[in-house]
Amino acid sequence: MSRRQPRIAQSRPPIVFSVLAALGVVFFLLPLIGLLVRTPWSDLVSLLASDVVIDALVLSAIASVAAVIISTIVGVPLAWVLARLEFRGRSLVRGLVLAPLVLPPVVGGAALLFALGRRGVVGEPLYDATGLVLPFSIWGVVVAVTFVSMPFLILTVEGALRNMDSRFEGAAASLGAGRWTVFRRVTLPMIGPSLAAGMILTWSRAIGEFGATVTFAGNLQGETQTLPLAVFVALESNRDAAIALSLLMVAISLTVLVLLRDRWLRSL
Amino acid sequence: MTLDVSITVSRGGEFTLEMSIRIEAGETVALLGPNGAGKSTAVASLAGLLPIDEGRIVLGNRVLDDPAEGVFVPPEEREIGVVFQDYLLFGHLTVAENVAFGLRSQKEEPDAVDAKTAVWLERLSLARLADTKARDLSGGQAQKVALARALIIDPELLLLDEPMAALDATTRVELRRDLGEHLSEFPGPRLLITHDPTEAFLLADEINVIEEGRITQVGSADDIRLRPRTRYIADLAGSNLLVGNASSGVVTVGTHVLHVADTAIGGSVLATIHPRAVSVHRQHPEGSPRNVWKTTIVRIEHFGDRVRLQTGEPLALAVEVTPAAVDALGLELGSDVWLSVKATEIGVEPG
Repeated sequence: MSRRQPRIAQSRPPIVFSVLAALGVVFFLLPLIGLLVRTPWSDLVSLLASDVVIDALVLSAIASVAAVIISTIVGVPLAWVLARLEFRGRSLVRGLVLAPLVLPPVVGGAALLFALGRRGVVGEPLYDATGLVLPFSIWGVVVAVTFVSMPFLILTVEGALRNMDSRFEGAAASLGAGRWTVFRRVTLPMIGPSLAAGMILTWSRAIGEFGATVTFAGNLQGETQTLPLAVFVALESNRDAAIALSLLMVAISLTVLVLLRDRWLRSL
Repeated sequence: MTLDVSITVSRGGEFTLEMSIRIEAGETVALLGPNGAGKSTAVASLAGLLPIDEGRIVLGNRVLDDPAEGVFVPPEEREIGVVFQDYLLFGHLTVAENVAFGLRSQKEEPDAVDAKTAVWLERLSLARLADTKARDLSGGQAQKVALARALIIDPELLLLDEPMAALDATTRVELRRDLGEHLSEFPGPRLLITHDPTEAFLLADEINVIEEGRITQVGSADDIRLRPRTRYIADLAGSNLLVGNASSGVVTVGTHVLHVADTAIGGSVLATIHPRAVSVHRQHPEGSPRNVWKTTIVRIEHFGDRVRLQTGEPLALAVEVTPAAVDALGLELGSDVWLSVKATEIGVEPG
């Protein structure tokens, strides 16, 4: 007797994989359920319409998008240098720019404060010259968020540049294309999907940033209080507001990730 | 316009390429050798992707690379049209965009770019593929796009790196003739890099055999085929390649007539006979072979465990026998011998 097999060939996971994978899904699903169960659905709209939430939402949107833009403008050339140039101390530079990946964000924030704070090594002359104070301003938020999120972009783009077949760049050069044209018309399109992935990762890290922001930029509503900071404050004072804010962050993150990921996969 | 190359290039410490080549305008020279012989290094050096260590590369009246003089022209200023191995088309661009790439990069007027692109697409029968993404092309189509992309910039040298290697056998035979035509239309010097002796024999005026970074023999197809200088070349050159005309099972090569098994094929053909498929006799042989003729031995060369003979009129052939056979038959220079080849041992393909 033969069992009916599905006509479409599909890889069959070992049973233990199915069990562990299901466990993994539950692990990620449970907190979300906890959140949804406790959500004060009737008051949700008024909670989300409060000044605190709107201010935090706007600030988070601005800071995370700014972080992605700055990370792309600075991070792509940095990744290119790390991937393509051989120079003494390259490992050291790579370690330095990737350090924020493993450094506790609070430490990063403190370091930023000592360097760029009002009394900082660079911050003090900067203030004397321009009157600009980074901490406790929206600029501080952008600096802190960019500091912790840019490494994701550098890591992804450097990997893509290393894996890319650089013979294509040679082919473009042989056709008379200068270095910038080669980069713009060949290199960039070829690493496009990875760059997009790097930008999404950078944004994901930026939108959730807490430690460096609170340490370097502070926690002033309407000035430096991003969504994660607002959640933390609300947990102490207004639990319903905290839940509403959390739900908002889950919704934003899932929407952006799902939408962008689909787009990015289609473009492959 | 002449290409004059005399270079030494080290790669990775272990490997060194030492090569001198001179190609006149309108001449096709093949660099024939196995993988790892230094062919890619030669391409990279000429294209400007790998600076040479010693020597000079001169194209026309321009010095492209000369470390002693401190001259190095970067690839984008060399004006060398390269058809790269695997073609290296830009997959994210369309066929037309690939072909137009060089002109656009050199900041030509958009109208002029479009007009020239249309001409080249037409010339290589690519017009209907103009809007196809390069990544969706077949091997044969990709080769044509690569050729158009290289030729449209009106280069001073045409460099073809294994232009047939990415094609299947059928397409290869078809495109070889086309490629020959495009090569002959190109006015400057042409360098064909290949590991395939047939390709070199058919497309090049002069063949440079390269082994382990050194050029071991330079000559015409007949020089290489009949008078190989190393064991490797004898093996590489492998078969006797004869250009002739076929009709109903008979191939005429010069004045000689060969009977072949394929009776369907007609017109211009390429007949191949392996040197070991030819039997040597002192008297007219008995038996069934359809092809039997009398000739003279004009050259004898020993390559270890085999001996390579070259025969004279009416058909210059390379024949391989064992040293024992040479002794048994008492073969020496000028010996009169009978040769026989079975019709089934002669390969025939459209040429």
